[in-house]
Amino acid sequence: MENLNLFIRSIFVDNMIFAYFLGMCSFLAVSKNVKTAFGLGIAVTFMLTITLPINYLLNTYVLSSGALVWLSPEFADIDLSFLSLIVFIAVIASMTQLVEMAVEKYAPALYASLGIFLPLIAVNCAILGGSLFMQQRDFTSVGTALCAGAGWGIGWLLAITAVAAVRERVAQYSNVPAPLRGVGIAFIITALMGIAFMSFLGIKI
Amino acid sequence: MSNKNVFFNPFSKSNPVLVQILGICSVLAVTAKLEPAIVMGLSVIAVLAFSNVIISLIRNTIPTNIRIIVQLVVVAGLVVIVSQLLEAYAYDVSKQLSVFIGLIITNCILMGRLEAFAMANRPWPSFLDGVGNGIGYSIILVITGFFRELLGSGTLLGYQVIPQCLYDAGYVNNGLMILPPMALIVVACIIWAQRSYNKDLQENQ
Repeated sequence: MENLNLFIRSIFVDNMIFAYFLGMCSFLAVSKNVKTAFGLGIAVTFMLTITLPINYLLNTYVLSSGALVWLSPEFADIDLSFLSLIVFIAVIASMTQLVEMAVEKYAPALYASLGIFLPLIAVNCAILGGSLFMQQRDFTSVGTALCAGAGWGIGWLLAITAVAAVRERVAQYSNVPAPLRGVGIAFIITALMGIAFMSFLGIKI
Repeated sequence: MSNKNVFFNPFSKSNPVLVQILGICSVLAVTAKLEPAIVMGLSVIAVLAFSNVIISLIRNTIPTNIRIIVQLVVVAGLVVIVSQLLEAYAYDVSKQLSVFIGLIITNCILMGRLEAFAMANRPWPSFLDGVGNGIGYSIILVITGFFRELLGSGTLLGYQVIPQCLYDAGYVNNGLMILPPMALIVVACIIWAQRSYNKDLQENQ
Protein backbone atom coordinates (compact mmCIF):
# COMPACT_ATOMS: atom_id res chain seq x y z
CA MET A 1 0.00 0.00 0.00
CA GLU A 2 2.76 2.37 0.95
CA ASN A 3 4.64 1.45 -2.22
CA LEU A 4 1.58 2.06 -4.35
CA ASN A 5 1.21 5.46 -2.76
CA LEU A 6 4.87 6.22 -3.47
CA PHE A 7 4.42 5.05 -7.07
CA ILE A 8 1.50 7.42 -7.65
CA ARG A 9 3.29 10.26 -5.88
CA SER A 10 6.39 9.73 -8.02
CA ILE A 11 4.34 10.02 -11.19
CA PHE A 12 2.31 13.10 -10.36
CA VAL A 13 3.63 15.03 -7.36
CA ASP A 14 7.39 14.41 -7.43
CA ASN A 15 7.41 14.50 -11.21
CA MET A 16 11.00 14.51 -12.49
CA ILE A 17 10.34 17.22 -15.06
CA PHE A 18 7.81 19.50 -13.41
CA ALA A 19 9.04 19.36 -9.82
CA TYR A 20 12.81 18.79 -10.15
CA PHE A 21 13.64 19.67 -13.77
CA LEU A 22 15.79 16.59 -14.22
CA GLY A 23 16.57 15.49 -17.75
CA MET A 24 15.61 18.87 -19.18
CA CYS A 25 18.35 18.91 -21.82
CA SER A 26 17.16 15.86 -23.69
CA PHE A 27 13.58 16.81 -22.81
CA LEU A 28 13.89 20.11 -24.70
CA ALA A 29 15.87 18.65 -27.56
CA VAL A 30 13.57 15.71 -28.25
CA SER A 31 10.09 17.05 -27.45
CA LYS A 32 9.54 18.41 -30.96
CA ASN A 33 7.39 15.50 -32.11
CA VAL A 34 5.36 12.95 -30.21
CA LYS A 35 6.79 9.79 -31.74
CA THR A 36 10.45 10.32 -30.84
CA ALA A 37 9.45 11.83 -27.51
CA PHE A 38 7.56 8.65 -26.65
CA GLY A 39 10.55 6.51 -27.67
CA LEU A 40 12.92 8.42 -25.41
CA GLY A 41 10.34 8.33 -22.62
CA ILE A 42 10.14 4.53 -22.80
CA ALA A 43 13.94 4.26 -22.76
CA VAL A 44 14.20 6.51 -19.69
CA THR A 45 11.45 4.60 -17.85
CA PHE A 46 13.22 1.33 -18.59
CA MET A 47 16.62 2.57 -17.34
CA LEU A 48 15.19 4.16 -14.18
CA THR A 49 13.33 0.95 -13.33
CA ILE A 50 16.52 -1.12 -13.72
CA THR A 51 19.17 1.15 -12.20
CA LEU A 52 17.29 2.25 -9.09
CA PRO A 53 17.02 -1.23 -7.48
CA ILE A 54 20.64 -2.05 -8.44
CA ASN A 55 21.94 1.17 -6.94
CA TYR A 56 19.75 0.60 -3.89
CA LEU A 57 21.39 -2.79 -3.29
CA LEU A 58 24.87 -1.33 -3.80
CA ASN A 59 24.08 1.53 -1.47
CA THR A 60 22.70 -0.70 1.29
CA TYR A 61 25.23 -3.52 1.14
CA VAL A 62 28.43 -1.77 0.05
CA LEU A 63 28.44 1.99 0.27
CA SER A 64 26.61 3.36 3.27
CA SER A 65 28.18 3.59 6.69
CA GLY A 66 28.63 0.14 8.26
CA ALA A 67 27.11 -1.60 5.24
CA LEU A 68 29.97 -4.07 4.90
CA VAL A 69 29.15 -5.79 8.21
CA TRP A 70 27.79 -8.80 6.32
CA LEU A 71 31.34 -9.54 5.12
CA SER A 72 32.99 -9.37 8.50
CA PRO A 73 32.18 -7.56 11.76
CA GLU A 74 35.49 -5.68 11.56
CA PHE A 75 34.14 -3.52 8.75
CA ALA A 76 31.43 -1.96 10.96
CA ASP A 77 32.98 1.52 10.95
CA ILE A 78 33.81 1.76 7.26
CA ASP A 79 31.89 4.48 5.41
CA LEU A 80 32.28 4.43 1.64
CA SER A 81 29.48 6.89 0.88
CA PHE A 82 31.90 9.40 -0.66
CA LEU A 83 32.30 6.89 -3.49
CA SER A 84 28.59 6.73 -4.23
CA LEU A 85 28.63 9.29 -7.07
CA ILE A 86 31.28 7.40 -8.99
CA VAL A 87 29.68 4.01 -8.34
CA PHE A 88 26.21 5.19 -9.37
CA ILE A 89 27.38 6.77 -12.61
CA ALA A 90 29.48 3.70 -13.42
CA VAL A 91 26.45 1.45 -12.88
CA ILE A 92 24.30 3.68 -15.06
CA ALA A 93 26.86 3.93 -17.86
CA SER A 94 27.52 0.20 -17.93
CA MET A 95 23.82 -0.73 -17.66
CA THR A 96 23.13 1.56 -20.61
CA GLN A 97 25.80 -0.23 -22.61
CA LEU A 98 24.49 -3.64 -21.53
CA VAL A 99 20.87 -2.86 -22.27
CA GLU A 100 21.86 -1.43 -25.62
CA MET A 101 23.64 -4.65 -26.59
CA ALA A 102 20.82 -6.86 -25.27
CA VAL A 103 18.13 -4.90 -27.07
CA GLU A 104 20.14 -4.92 -30.28
CA LYS A 105 20.49 -8.70 -30.12
CA TYR A 106 17.04 -9.80 -28.96
CA ALA A 107 14.67 -7.05 -30.06
CA PRO A 108 15.92 -5.49 -33.29
CA ALA A 109 12.60 -3.73 -33.89
CA LEU A 110 12.72 -2.00 -30.54
CA TYR A 111 16.40 -1.19 -31.14
CA ALA A 112 15.56 0.46 -34.43
CA SER A 113 13.07 2.76 -32.74
CA LEU A 114 15.12 3.49 -29.59
CA GLY A 115 18.58 3.17 -31.16
CA ILE A 116 19.84 6.72 -31.08
CA PHE A 117 18.40 7.47 -27.65
CA LEU A 118 19.92 4.63 -25.66
CA PRO A 119 23.52 5.92 -25.48
CA LEU A 120 22.26 9.41 -24.62
CA ILE A 121 20.58 8.10 -21.52
CA ALA A 122 23.84 7.58 -19.62
CA VAL A 123 24.09 11.35 -19.28
CA ASN A 124 20.41 12.00 -18.65
CA CYS A 125 20.25 13.63 -15.22
CA ALA A 126 16.88 12.04 -14.46
CA ILE A 127 18.55 8.63 -14.10
CA LEU A 128 21.38 9.73 -11.80
CA GLY A 129 18.94 12.04 -10.02
CA GLY A 130 16.68 9.08 -9.24
CA SER A 131 19.56 7.20 -7.61
CA LEU A 132 20.65 10.25 -5.61
CA PHE A 133 17.10 10.85 -4.35
CA MET A 134 16.94 7.17 -3.40
CA GLN A 135 20.08 7.60 -1.29
CA GLN A 136 18.93 10.88 0.23
CA ARG A 137 15.49 9.62 1.24
CA ASP A 138 16.63 6.38 2.90
CA PHE A 139 14.32 3.99 1.08
CA THR A 140 13.64 0.90 3.18
CA SER A 141 13.47 -1.94 0.63
CA VAL A 142 14.20 -2.94 -2.94
CA GLY A 143 10.46 -2.87 -3.65
CA THR A 144 10.27 0.76 -2.62
CA ALA A 145 13.19 1.62 -4.87
CA LEU A 146 11.60 -0.28 -7.76
CA CYS A 147 8.24 1.48 -7.33
CA ALA A 148 9.86 4.91 -7.10
CA GLY A 149 12.01 4.21 -10.15
CA ALA A 150 9.09 3.03 -12.25
CA GLY A 151 6.97 5.95 -11.05
CA TRP A 152 9.59 8.58 -11.87
CA GLY A 153 10.13 6.98 -15.27
CA ILE A 154 6.44 6.95 -16.12
CA GLY A 155 6.12 10.53 -14.87
CA TRP A 156 8.95 11.56 -17.19
CA LEU A 157 7.31 9.70 -20.10
CA LEU A 158 3.99 11.41 -19.37
CA ALA A 159 5.61 14.84 -19.21
CA ILE A 160 7.63 14.59 -22.40
CA THR A 161 4.74 13.12 -24.41
CA ALA A 162 2.30 15.77 -23.20
CA VAL A 163 4.66 18.66 -23.89
CA ALA A 164 5.63 17.24 -27.29
CA ALA A 165 1.96 17.06 -28.29
CA VAL A 166 1.45 20.71 -27.34
CA ARG A 167 4.64 21.80 -29.10
CA GLU A 168 3.60 20.06 -32.32
CA ARG A 169 0.34 21.98 -32.37
CA VAL A 170 1.97 25.28 -31.42
CA ALA A 171 4.51 24.94 -34.22
CA GLN A 172 1.73 24.31 -36.75
CA TYR A 173 -1.04 26.66 -35.82
CA SER A 174 0.12 29.58 -33.75
CA ASN A 175 1.95 32.77 -34.45
CA VAL A 176 4.62 32.85 -31.75
CA PRO A 177 6.69 36.06 -31.42
CA ALA A 178 9.91 35.49 -33.37
CA PRO A 179 12.40 35.61 -30.45
CA LEU A 180 10.38 33.04 -28.50
CA ARG A 181 10.07 30.48 -31.31
CA GLY A 182 11.49 27.05 -30.62
CA VAL A 183 13.09 26.87 -27.21
CA GLY A 184 11.50 29.93 -25.62
CA ILE A 185 7.93 28.80 -26.10
CA ALA A 186 8.88 25.25 -25.03
CA PHE A 187 10.00 26.68 -21.67
CA ILE A 188 6.72 28.51 -21.24
CA ILE A 189 4.63 25.47 -22.21
CA THR A 190 6.55 23.36 -19.68
CA ALA A 191 6.07 26.01 -17.00
CA LEU A 192 2.31 26.19 -17.56
CA MET A 193 2.04 22.42 -17.49
CA GLY A 194 4.12 22.38 -14.30
CA ILE A 195 1.70 24.80 -12.67
CA ALA A 196 -1.15 22.53 -13.75
CA PHE A 197 0.61 19.51 -12.21
CA MET A 198 0.89 21.37 -8.91
CA SER A 199 -2.80 20.71 -8.42
CA PHE A 200 -1.82 17.09 -7.66
CA LEU A 201 0.01 18.25 -4.49
CA GLY A 202 -1.11 16.34 -1.43
CA ILE A 203 -2.62 13.46 -3.38
CA LYS A 204 -3.04 10.34 -1.22
CA ILE A 205 -4.44 6.89 -1.79
CA MET B 1 39.35 30.82 -33.37
CA SER B 2 41.54 33.06 -31.21
CA ASN B 3 41.86 32.51 -27.50
CA LYS B 4 39.94 35.72 -26.89
CA ASN B 5 36.93 34.48 -28.84
CA VAL B 6 37.14 31.11 -27.13
CA PHE B 7 36.86 32.88 -23.80
CA PHE B 8 34.29 35.60 -24.55
CA ASN B 9 31.90 33.97 -27.05
CA PRO B 10 30.14 31.82 -24.41
CA PHE B 11 29.12 34.97 -22.50
CA SER B 12 26.41 35.81 -25.00
CA LYS B 13 26.78 34.71 -28.64
CA SER B 14 27.20 31.00 -27.90
CA ASN B 15 25.96 31.00 -24.33
CA PRO B 16 25.74 27.41 -23.10
CA VAL B 17 22.32 27.88 -21.51
CA LEU B 18 20.54 30.28 -23.86
CA VAL B 19 21.94 29.22 -27.21
CA GLN B 20 23.31 25.69 -26.85
CA ILE B 21 20.49 24.76 -24.41
CA LEU B 22 22.78 22.75 -22.16
CA GLY B 23 22.68 22.35 -18.40
CA ILE B 24 19.12 23.58 -17.99
CA CYS B 25 18.28 21.29 -15.06
CA SER B 26 20.42 23.03 -12.50
CA VAL B 27 19.67 26.53 -13.78
CA LEU B 28 16.05 25.89 -12.96
CA ALA B 29 16.42 23.92 -9.78
CA VAL B 30 18.90 25.89 -7.65
CA THR B 31 17.87 29.46 -8.43
CA ALA B 32 15.10 30.04 -5.89
CA LYS B 33 17.70 31.98 -3.85
CA LEU B 34 20.77 33.90 -4.99
CA GLU B 35 23.36 32.31 -2.68
CA PRO B 36 23.05 28.68 -3.82
CA ALA B 37 22.98 29.96 -7.41
CA ILE B 38 26.37 31.66 -6.93
CA VAL B 39 27.90 28.63 -5.21
CA MET B 40 26.58 26.34 -7.94
CA GLY B 41 28.04 28.65 -10.61
CA LEU B 42 31.47 28.60 -8.96
CA SER B 43 31.42 24.80 -8.61
CA VAL B 44 30.54 24.35 -12.27
CA ILE B 45 33.30 26.78 -13.38
CA ALA B 46 35.87 24.82 -11.34
CA VAL B 47 34.76 21.36 -12.51
CA LEU B 48 34.40 22.45 -16.14
CA ALA B 49 37.80 24.16 -16.33
CA PHE B 50 39.73 21.31 -14.73
CA SER B 51 37.95 18.47 -16.51
CA ASN B 52 38.56 20.29 -19.81
CA VAL B 53 42.28 20.52 -19.01
CA ILE B 54 42.56 16.89 -17.90
CA ILE B 55 40.69 15.49 -20.90
CA SER B 56 42.67 17.75 -23.21
CA LEU B 57 45.95 16.46 -21.73
CA ILE B 58 45.04 12.80 -22.22
CA ARG B 59 42.97 13.27 -25.39
CA ASN B 60 45.45 11.41 -27.59
CA THR B 61 45.54 8.33 -25.40
CA ILE B 62 41.80 7.78 -24.91
CA PRO B 63 40.40 5.00 -27.13
CA THR B 64 37.37 6.39 -28.99
CA ASN B 65 35.07 3.53 -27.98
CA ILE B 66 35.24 4.17 -24.25
CA ARG B 67 35.71 7.93 -24.26
CA ILE B 68 32.31 8.62 -22.69
CA ILE B 69 33.15 6.45 -19.69
CA VAL B 70 36.61 8.03 -19.34
CA GLN B 71 35.05 11.49 -19.45
CA LEU B 72 32.42 10.51 -16.91
CA VAL B 73 35.04 9.15 -14.52
CA VAL B 74 37.20 12.28 -14.74
CA VAL B 75 34.17 14.50 -14.17
CA ALA B 76 32.86 12.31 -11.35
CA GLY B 77 36.23 12.45 -9.58
CA LEU B 78 36.28 16.26 -9.72
CA VAL B 79 32.68 16.50 -8.58
CA VAL B 80 33.41 14.30 -5.57
CA ILE B 81 36.22 16.69 -4.58
CA VAL B 82 33.95 19.73 -4.97
CA SER B 83 31.11 18.16 -3.00
CA GLN B 84 33.43 17.10 -0.15
CA LEU B 85 34.92 20.62 -0.04
CA LEU B 86 31.47 22.19 0.10
CA GLU B 87 30.38 19.85 2.86
CA ALA B 88 33.48 20.78 4.83
CA TYR B 89 33.46 24.56 4.39
CA ALA B 90 29.93 25.58 3.36
CA TYR B 91 27.67 23.00 4.95
CA ASP B 92 24.44 25.05 4.86
CA VAL B 93 24.70 25.78 1.17
CA SER B 94 25.62 22.19 0.34
CA LYS B 95 22.47 21.09 2.24
CA GLN B 96 20.37 23.49 0.14
CA LEU B 97 21.93 22.27 -3.10
CA SER B 98 21.36 18.65 -1.99
CA VAL B 99 21.54 16.31 -4.98
CA PHE B 100 22.30 19.02 -7.49
CA ILE B 101 26.03 19.11 -6.75
CA GLY B 102 26.16 15.40 -7.59
CA LEU B 103 24.15 16.09 -10.70
CA ILE B 104 26.96 18.30 -12.07
CA ILE B 105 28.30 14.97 -13.37
CA THR B 106 25.44 14.66 -15.78
CA ASN B 107 25.27 18.36 -16.51
CA CYS B 108 25.18 18.37 -20.28
CA ILE B 109 27.49 21.41 -20.44
CA LEU B 110 30.35 19.24 -19.23
CA MET B 111 29.89 16.40 -21.69
CA GLY B 112 29.10 18.90 -24.43
CA ARG B 113 32.29 20.91 -23.93
CA LEU B 114 34.48 17.84 -23.41
CA GLU B 115 33.21 16.26 -26.61
CA ALA B 116 33.11 19.39 -28.71
CA PHE B 117 36.20 21.22 -27.51
CA ALA B 118 38.60 19.48 -25.15
CA MET B 119 38.86 16.33 -27.29
CA ALA B 120 40.23 18.41 -30.16
CA ASN B 121 42.22 21.23 -28.59
CA ARG B 122 45.34 21.91 -26.55
CA PRO B 123 45.14 22.33 -22.74
CA TRP B 124 45.37 26.15 -22.53
CA PRO B 125 42.54 26.96 -24.98
CA SER B 126 40.53 24.16 -23.34
CA PHE B 127 41.01 25.80 -19.95
CA LEU B 128 39.83 29.16 -21.34
CA ASP B 129 36.87 27.45 -23.00
CA GLY B 130 35.97 25.78 -19.71
CA VAL B 131 36.16 28.98 -17.70
CA GLY B 132 34.32 30.96 -20.40
CA ASN B 133 31.45 28.49 -20.62
CA GLY B 134 31.33 28.20 -16.86
CA ILE B 135 30.99 31.98 -16.56
CA GLY B 136 28.39 32.08 -19.34
CA TYR B 137 26.40 29.50 -17.38
CA SER B 138 26.85 31.33 -14.08
CA ILE B 139 25.65 34.64 -15.55
CA ILE B 140 22.27 33.08 -16.36
CA LEU B 141 22.18 31.35 -12.99
CA VAL B 142 22.81 34.62 -11.15
CA ILE B 143 20.32 36.66 -13.21
CA THR B 144 17.60 34.07 -12.62
CA GLY B 145 18.45 33.76 -8.92
CA PHE B 146 18.47 37.56 -8.54
CA PHE B 147 14.98 38.06 -9.94
CA ARG B 148 13.48 35.04 -8.20
CA GLU B 149 14.82 35.97 -4.79
CA LEU B 150 14.07 39.70 -5.16
CA LEU B 151 10.48 39.25 -6.34
CA GLY B 152 9.78 36.06 -4.44
CA SER B 153 11.09 36.85 -0.96
CA GLY B 154 12.06 40.54 -1.15
CA THR B 155 15.61 39.69 -0.08
CA LEU B 156 19.03 39.39 -1.74
CA LEU B 157 21.59 36.95 -0.30
CA GLY B 158 19.35 36.81 2.76
CA TYR B 159 19.30 40.59 3.41
CA GLN B 160 16.00 42.46 3.27
CA VAL B 161 16.08 44.72 0.20
CA ILE B 162 12.48 45.81 -0.23
CA PRO B 163 11.83 48.33 2.56
CA GLN B 164 9.22 47.69 5.24
CA CYS B 165 7.24 50.82 4.31
CA LEU B 166 6.37 49.25 0.96
CA TYR B 167 4.91 46.22 2.75
CA ASP B 168 2.97 48.57 5.03
CA ALA B 169 1.61 50.26 1.92
CA GLY B 170 0.20 46.93 0.74
CA TYR B 171 3.05 45.37 -1.31
CA VAL B 172 3.20 41.56 -1.09
CA ASN B 173 5.94 39.16 -2.15
CA ASN B 174 5.05 37.15 -5.20
CA GLY B 175 5.07 33.64 -3.73
CA LEU B 176 4.76 32.13 -7.20
CA MET B 177 8.34 33.17 -7.98
CA ILE B 178 9.69 30.66 -5.45
CA LEU B 179 7.82 27.75 -6.99
CA PRO B 180 9.68 25.65 -9.58
CA PRO B 181 7.65 26.53 -12.71
CA MET B 182 8.48 30.24 -12.48
CA ALA B 183 12.17 29.46 -13.07
CA LEU B 184 11.17 28.32 -16.55
CA ILE B 185 9.28 31.55 -17.19
CA VAL B 186 12.21 33.70 -16.00
CA VAL B 187 14.64 31.83 -18.27
CA ALA B 188 12.16 32.11 -21.14
CA CYS B 189 12.10 35.90 -20.60
CA ILE B 190 15.92 36.01 -20.66
CA ILE B 191 15.87 34.03 -23.92
CA TRP B 192 13.26 36.43 -25.29
CA ALA B 193 15.37 39.47 -24.40
CA GLN B 194 18.57 37.98 -25.78
CA ARG B 195 17.03 36.82 -29.04
CA SER B 196 15.24 40.07 -29.78
CA TYR B 197 18.66 41.73 -29.45
CA ASN B 198 20.56 39.02 -31.38
CA LYS B 199 18.27 38.51 -34.36
CA ASP B 200 20.37 35.80 -36.04
CA LEU B 201 19.76 33.39 -33.15
CA GLN B 202 16.02 33.28 -33.79
CA GLU B 203 14.53 29.97 -34.94
CA ASN B 204 11.98 29.91 -37.71
CA GLN B 205 9.61 27.04 -37.18
